[in-house]
Amino acid sequence: MSFFFEVLIGGLLSGVMYSLVALGFVLIYKASGVFNFAQGSLVFFAALTFVGLREHGFNSALALLATLGVMIVLGLLIERIVLRPLVNQPQITLFMATIGLSFVIEGFAQLLWGANVRGLELGIQDEPIEQITTYTGMNVSKFDLSAAGIAALLVTGLALFFSRTRIGRALRAVADDHQAALAVGIPLQQIWGIVWAVAGFVALVAGLLWGARNGVQFALTFVALKALPVLILGGFESIPGAIVGGLIVGASEKLAEVYLGPYVGGGIEGWFPYVLALVFLLFRPEGLFGEKHIDRV
Amino acid sequence: MKSVKSALLGLALLGVAASAHAQNEQFIPMNGYWVGPYAAGGSGIFGGFIDYINMINARDGGVGGVKLTYEKCETEYNNARGVECYEREKKKGPTGATVIHPLSTGITYSLIDKAAADKIPIISLGYGRTDASDGRVFPYVFPLITNYWSQNTAKIKFIGMREGGMDKLKGLTIVNIYHDSAYGKETIPILDAQAKKYGFTVKHIPVPHPGNEQGSQWLQVRQIKPDWVILRGWGVMNPTALKAAAKIGYPRDRIIGVWWSGAEEDTIPAGDAAKGYIAAGFNVAGANFPVIQDIKKYVYTKFKGEMEDQTRIGSIYYNRGVVHGIVTVEAIRKGQEKFGKKPLTGEQMRWGIENLQISEARLKELGATGFMQPLKVSCMDHEGGGAVKFLQWDGNKWNAITDWIQPDRELVRPMIEQSAAAYAKEKNLTPRDCTKEAPPA
Repeated sequence: MSFFFEVLIGGLLSGVMYSLVALGFVLIYKASGVFNFAQGSLVFFAALTFVGLREHGFNSALALLATLGVMIVLGLLIERIVLRPLVNQPQITLFMATIGLSFVIEGFAQLLWGANVRGLELGIQDEPIEQITTYTGMNVSKFDLSAAGIAALLVTGLALFFSRTRIGRALRAVADDHQAALAVGIPLQQIWGIVWAVAGFVALVAGLLWGARNGVQFALTFVALKALPVLILGGFESIPGAIVGGLIVGASEKLAEVYLGPYVGGGIEGWFPYVLALVFLLFRPEGLFGEKHIDRV
Repeated sequence: MKSVKSALLGLALLGVAASAHAQNEQFIPMNGYWVGPYAAGGSGIFGGFIDYINMINARDGGVGGVKLTYEKCETEYNNARGVECYEREKKKGPTGATVIHPLSTGITYSLIDKAAADKIPIISLGYGRTDASDGRVFPYVFPLITNYWSQNTAKIKFIGMREGGMDKLKGLTIVNIYHDSAYGKETIPILDAQAKKYGFTVKHIPVPHPGNEQGSQWLQVRQIKPDWVILRGWGVMNPTALKAAAKIGYPRDRIIGVWWSGAEEDTIPAGDAAKGYIAAGFNVAGANFPVIQDIKKYVYTKFKGEMEDQTRIGSIYYNRGVVHGIVTVEAIRKGQEKFGKKPLTGEQMRWGIENLQISEARLKELGATGFMQPLKVSCMDHEGGGAVKFLQWDGNKWNAITDWIQPDRELVRPMIEQSAAAYAKEKNLTPRDCTKEAPPA
């Protein structure tokens, strides 16, 4: 039974890492209705910029601040150059624009910093916590637990930002109804700029944690694939949904791989969350925490 | 008017001279990958390869007076792009493409029929179809130096050495963690055959592409408690595996990686988790070999080097690229012995590769003693070598911990012939009779 709980806890902690990426998607979608295909590329770009700056002599704190600045500027530029000219265009046009954007960011990142694989040490060892191993026989990684703590801080911060600040309330108003928000004088494009900048910050946090876990390399762009079933499960517009969805996906894929995998030849971890998400779509298309849309006929 | 005529005549003569010069060139496509998820491998290997070619041009004036030329084409490790690059480059140069190095098992598979039809040899050095080692069925494919099955038998021999003898393998459990792709699955049959022969248990655990999440696979390892783990990864799967092993406390010096899991790009991102990890290799790391020193002297001092990050010179991937250069140039040399000192066609190059011999003495002349193993290719044997060295990561660099370990040829060769015969039957091919092939010049 302890092995079952070890798989479950490992899965939940992995799920938190998926949630970190999913959060970036949710922020953009919530405010502008755009599914930002480039979120994975932003994660890659942020991590690569951070390690690139460190290689150029920046200390960690300075590199972090500079990368944050770069991500905010990048977010504002994306809003100004790519999305603003496409206002009032169909959603699919905006989605296609973000697909193009993802390739541009990936190419630009490699042009700027090179395609070498880099290590990233955040000073948190990815090793089991001895006390937990001694008392329970289960291995729980210090790194995974720290990542969960950082994710909790991030979600709390975002929740406070959305609920307690003027900008946050304006963001919520824009998310609820663009036209109504415009009518009461909320500057829509400024809000979108802020959201893209915040998404850039979330990408930086995700990039640092994933980069420290697997190395800073192009494959970081693939973490976006892990976020998709999380979004379907949790809902595209909900921050708590991204967290809960991540936990469900992480736990279910690990349990499925360990307990069902051996019966079907293994390797099901990659697609099992998508099956789960598809089944979920049949019963709750808007996701666990997504808003139910009621259209007048 | 006279001066205009002289100028035109001068231009015409220049054109003729340039054309004659171009006719004395041997064109080698460099279809590799410098961006994308596997750029670290592609840029390192093609960096070493191109630097070696440039060094031969700068130091020796080419091969037999024939200048070596090349053109890069980005495949992004993508089959469709690989085929596109091949089609784009196959007719370039005075005699067309001399030889193709796809640097991808998938692209190699996609090009096997095309290259045979176009009479352009493929060198798949340390990757590709293992059964292409049977040159009777695959005349234009050369999985040179060592194939995956040979490597795997050498790995089991290494484990046997560590355990105190091959008889000690009985009762052991070995987990094979593999990339869930054609490349990853390539060694399952040979491992199963070895398990049967030596009496150990093998458990295969697939990792879905790209392998950036392996918690559940390594929890299964923790549950199985294997004596050894074989890691058959690529790209991000490798550092992720090492970190996941550290997370469950599995000793890294009991994990043996394939040569695509054994470069600095696999260990550095894993940090301390990689310390002690062992991987197979068909070349070693290090920049002190005379061949690498010559590259520095003739290429980098002239600011013509391929590697932007010069600390990578002497790394595993870079040196593997130099091995690509050595076998290509030596095969051109061999072809010129028979067909004359002129640009070779693909068909002539095929002969050169098939009759390639690189002895210890020749390796010494090349400044590559201990850098790679001697090679002897033939119509029957398109692998030509088969031996593997084992390297261990000490936290900073790869160190060789064994000499060249020979494969279990008695086990591998019949399996290769069986698989190649099945391919020949499927494709309705008549295998060549190697006794009727022209002997070396």
